[in-house]
Amino acid sequence: MMSLLLAPFMLRAALAALGVALAAAPLGAFVVWRRMAYFGDAISHGAMLGVALALAMALPVFWGVLVVTLLLALGVASMAGRGVPVDTLLGVMAHGALAFGLVAISFVPGVRVDLMAYLFGDVLAVGNGELAVIWVGTAAILALVAWRWRALLLSSIDADLAIASGLSPRRERLALMLALALVVAFSIKVVGALLISALLILPAAAARPLSSGPGQMVALAMGIGAASALGGLAIAALADSPAAPTIVSLAALIFFATNLIALLRRQGARR
Amino acid sequence: MSLIEVKGLSVRLGGREVLHDVDLAIAPGEIVTIVGPNGSGKSTLLRAIIGAVQPSAGMVHRQAGLRLGYVPQKIALDASLPLKVRQFLDLPQRSSAEDKAKALDEAGAAGLGERQVAALSGGQLQRVLLARALLNDPQILLLDEATQGLDQPAAANFYRRIEALRNRTGAAILMVSHELHVVMSASDRVVCLNGHVCCIGKPEHVASAPEYRALFGTGTGGALALYRHEHSHVHDDDQCGEKAP
Repeated sequence: MMSLLLAPFMLRAALAALGVALAAAPLGAFVVWRRMAYFGDAISHGAMLGVALALAMALPVFWGVLVVTLLLALGVASMAGRGVPVDTLLGVMAHGALAFGLVAISFVPGVRVDLMAYLFGDVLAVGNGELAVIWVGTAAILALVAWRWRALLLSSIDADLAIASGLSPRRERLALMLALALVVAFSIKVVGALLISALLILPAAAARPLSSGPGQMVALAMGIGAASALGGLAIAALADSPAAPTIVSLAALIFFATNLIALLRRQGARR
Repeated sequence: MSLIEVKGLSVRLGGREVLHDVDLAIAPGEIVTIVGPNGSGKSTLLRAIIGAVQPSAGMVHRQAGLRLGYVPQKIALDASLPLKVRQFLDLPQRSSAEDKAKALDEAGAAGLGERQVAALSGGQLQRVLLARALLNDPQILLLDEATQGLDQPAAANFYRRIEALRNRTGAAILMVSHELHVVMSASDRVVCLNGHVCCIGKPEHVASAPEYRALFGTGTGGALALYRHEHSHVHDDDQCGEKAP
């Protein structure tokens, strides 16, 4: 059993899942604070269209997905705040792009595509090149969040306060959306298009009841995300269950546990 | 030299002209109160001054390097965001613990530093927002309905604090209110707004102006009297004599 956990492909899988979890957690906190969950869904489902384009043009999947998610992010960012009802628009885009992607993939000639690998991830097949992309991307996202932290936070709290302080909430939101597009692009191999939003939102939501400040919530979300990634992967290896769904299931259990604890604590305090 | 100069300002929001041909200049150290009924464009004027809405015509000129403190009506902090008051005061610029304590004290919010912003009462949040604005050492404070939700003595108290602040720091104050009875006595100038500037001048002048009476009714005998007697005040009918198109 232990030898399986220490095999090179397992090590790569663990590092890949860890990188994705560490990058997704801080962005997920902003997604939760700004109620942008639907946006995460839209661009991650849209990633399937990128997969199709990349396969059709024989490009690396990462680049195909990145181009499509960036375009989707820019499209949504430019339409938001112009009177278009954004949630409807995102709902249309999320499932429209997913459907188009699935149809397009079925027409890619000469390639036998394992759809499941892109929908639910194939973390055990991550190679060294992909691992490098994940960690460079993770470092870039963590650097961005650290650099823009106060501006991002104030823009998320109140746009007018940010403007009065000389910031541009529009620019901060764009930076956040582009970072989300990037994390989706390098996560698709690890968790798949359908489960990326779960990895964004669950750790942050699980961290919320335990946190008294935004920095603490991000740190806890990163810890919970990392624990879910590594723990989920180990459970998947031992129980022979699919890796990404096991990781997300573990994160969901942690979410229920922390929220239940908070609920019981509040009731205890009332008594 | 004016801190802020608004010239021929018009603003359209969602196809409706909310403000048109507004001229206004704020000099250092003066207290200017904008009064007007709901929907008269008061908040929009403040938001145009901070740059949150774009003019459809005219312009807003701010003195180069102007330090302004904006105190909005409220902030909609999402319950999913844990945030202590002292952490909120550090956005976007970090301040020392002493400066934060001083600002909270000056705003009447001493001892709230460790509280969660989302758990503050309306009045406490107002004072915390004021403290945050003070940390920037502002040359002008913009207050949007800063006393909404406060009872009358608390509101009067808040305005006395603002006046003392102006006297101490020399910061100009531009505030928006519909609670004329409390506001007017402290103001150097009152601007009566209803899409456009109906009238402008000293509080006594504005209180007796026909445009103002048309807007706020005459049955009460004017806002100043109300302030002196400190009882509550009800508008008869919020109609300006000359209605905006």
